[in-house]
Amino acid sequence: MTAITKSFPGVRALDGVSFEVASGEVHALVGENGAGKSTLMKILAGAYVADGGTIEIDGQRATIDGPKAAERLGIGMIYQEFNLVPDLGVIENIVLGIEPTRGLFLDPKTATARATAVLAELGITLPLDRPARRLSVAEQQLTEIAKALVRHARLIVMDEPTAALTDRETDALFALIAKLKAQGVAFVYISHRLEELPRIADRITVIRDGRAIETRATDAMPQDEMIRLMVGRALEAHFPDLPPVASDAVVRLAVRDLRAASNVNGVSFEVRAGEIVGLAGLVGAGRTEIVRAIAGADVATGGEIAVDGHPLAARSPHAAIEAGIAFITEDRKAQGLVLGMTVRENTTLAHLAAYSRGPFISRAAEVGVTNAEIAELQIRTPSSEQIVRNLSGGNQQKVVLAKWLTGEARVFLFDEPTRGVDVGAKAEIYALMLQLLARGAGIVMVSSELPEVLGMSHRVLVVRDGQIAAEFARADATPAKVIAVAAGVAA
Amino acid sequence: MSPAEDPTPGENVHEVKAALVARAGDAQAQKSRQGALRTGIAVVAFVALIVVVNVLTNGNFFTAGNLTNVLRQITYNAILAVGQTFVIITAGIDLSVGSLIQLTGVVMAQFANASGLDGPLLVIVTTIVGVLVGCGAGLVNALPVVRLNLPPFITTLAMMLMARGLAFKLAHGVPVPLKSSAFDALGTQYALHDLLAPLGLPGIPWAVLVMLSVVIVFAIVLTRTRFGRYVLAIGGNEEAARLAGINVRLVKTFVYVISGGCAALAGMLLMARFSSGSPNTGVGSELQSIAAVVVGGTSLMGGRGSVVASFFGALLIGVLNNVMNLLNIESYTQDIVLGAVILLAVTAEEIRKRVFAR
Repeated sequence: MTAITKSFPGVRALDGVSFEVASGEVHALVGENGAGKSTLMKILAGAYVADGGTIEIDGQRATIDGPKAAERLGIGMIYQEFNLVPDLGVIENIVLGIEPTRGLFLDPKTATARATAVLAELGITLPLDRPARRLSVAEQQLTEIAKALVRHARLIVMDEPTAALTDRETDALFALIAKLKAQGVAFVYISHRLEELPRIADRITVIRDGRAIETRATDAMPQDEMIRLMVGRALEAHFPDLPPVASDAVVRLAVRDLRAASNVNGVSFEVRAGEIVGLAGLVGAGRTEIVRAIAGADVATGGEIAVDGHPLAARSPHAAIEAGIAFITEDRKAQGLVLGMTVRENTTLAHLAAYSRGPFISRAAEVGVTNAEIAELQIRTPSSEQIVRNLSGGNQQKVVLAKWLTGEARVFLFDEPTRGVDVGAKAEIYALMLQLLARGAGIVMVSSELPEVLGMSHRVLVVRDGQIAAEFARADATPAKVIAVAAGVAA
Repeated sequence: MSPAEDPTPGENVHEVKAALVARAGDAQAQKSRQGALRTGIAVVAFVALIVVVNVLTNGNFFTAGNLTNVLRQITYNAILAVGQTFVIITAGIDLSVGSLIQLTGVVMAQFANASGLDGPLLVIVTTIVGVLVGCGAGLVNALPVVRLNLPPFITTLAMMLMARGLAFKLAHGVPVPLKSSAFDALGTQYALHDLLAPLGLPGIPWAVLVMLSVVIVFAIVLTRTRFGRYVLAIGGNEEAARLAGINVRLVKTFVYVISGGCAALAGMLLMARFSSGSPNTGVGSELQSIAAVVVGGTSLMGGRGSVVASFFGALLIGVLNNVMNLLNIESYTQDIVLGAVILLAVTAEEIRKRVFAR
């Protein structure tokens, strides 16, 4: 791949990335969340089409304009979330979409023969008739690999393949990769687990901010060097100064031994009035799950949550809101907004009783508070009656904020508050967080942008495997330290 | 407004507010102009249609008697459509309403005959019993939907079969004649007779008054109350509604209860019309009510919808049926035309949305 670029509205996700994979090589891609690894991978898979740059396969210029084209070119993708049909068996999944037929009818004999031939070549056995939903994670992964090989894949891209595997399963996977390497299959290997790379990768490319920063042989890339390259930039200067937390500030939010089935395994921390606590960690570490459990969006199975010393009575979004918790969700389109409703209707949705007389909504009260918020947050909208779908991302995010500012919340949970918004709107959102602090609110912020967590938190908690693996005061928190803990290199 | 033009965001809040008010005023004015234009076009088209139809039917369409007839005929479907609108806004569907007409009709007739009451008291008590049965059935429809996330298509389909079977079982397969004549007023007589007589009109059928009350009350519930707003929000984005603290399960349950209650009201009016509770009336009316809602422009995907629009959907279907009857079009052809009109209405609505999509 040479000089690949890809832009999304407002973001340049890839900015001239070039890299190459030789046959029989395992080439690892590493980088922070959002560095551009997945985008690159999706371009290889044909899920996105690159805006610029060229892709050559075996020296031939290639166009990948769809998943079928990628398949024809011998590229096999194994996503972190597998693409198996849950109710089909192993064989049916392996030949899915390329089922051998005899006339009009399926030919199960040939299908079985082809699938078993590949599995035999790999030297693995799988329960062939079992539906995919009842396979273990490792078995599903092997099915995916067999699926790629039956399509004659010569380049296999794997995204976080060991994330859900046990140590023994990981060993087996690495042995299998070594075997396929010997047959000339090339691998692109994406992983956050830096410590496993020396065992498996031949070369490593570090991606940062949509650029390939450096490619080296694995031997020439020690771990601390890798982390330094991943972090790269100095903290950007556009973060406002955080006022210090008063030494006698009350504890706004206290979480003790919180547990939830969603990957929250005993989390305890406190947030004081006027304090921002940042949750850092890798995607899938459990950061979002922690704030969701606090907000009642997921059901907590154990532990205590208290606001201003009062334990929450029930575990529901309603109980959390009543207690004074506002949850600004990560995905505003799916969870934060009713896109087909107006700015006014979205703004008042969480506190509609305050704008009603008995069961009847007071339109005037709604318009009043909405116009006040539009002015306060400088939401760019023609009027309070505009449908939210028609606003830009930053303004949609402000409508979400407006919804929570109209209430009496004292604890604000921000999950990725600035994702997909432009620089100007970002600065406005930071300024708003400072205003909330001045009002005495306590804030928990989850962000995948490390500079943001470090720049906008009084304390940084590093989350790993649904637990808090380390805590850093603002002064001690450096990108290298945080990444090292998040990736499991240091404790 | 870029930061450069606007160095001190805090200080011009008043300007922004003033600008907003002005812009909101402009938007309102434009909206009302567009609204007036649309209404104007609709009125002209409607008048033209009536003239054409009236000529074709030799003047039989535009008579007080016939128009009253149309209104009376759509009563049942319009009331069903009101409840169905709430369900469909939450992206659900209620297939049980036709059978609930049968079941509540039989139950009410048997109750009325056994109660020993008479006069207006009989009508009121019997209606309450019927509505309770309908609401109870709605509750049974809703519980598996909100508790286990089962598709409403299935739970209301099951209720459709059970309610129909139960109606036949209770009535032993034959209509249950009402002993009392207390329901006759609702079934056949006119209100406001004295008021409208000088105009040469017979008055407004009681059943039509009941229908209009139901439409108005639930139009207010949907557009002016918190409950109505929650119904729309849940249909638009259930997860966002849940995270805003809305009790999604409770609201959705009420939606099916309302639909069941509306079916019971329709069942009561049908029973009054025919002086008997019949296990045979109402078959297929669940699909008629869905058609009225869809013709009214409510999306089956949920999130949008209007009770008044559904009423006009039912009215349009009723007028079509009536005109085709007056024109002596045979019933098979009527079905073909009705189906085509439904398809045309939803296609036109979709195209309109795409053209005006902003």
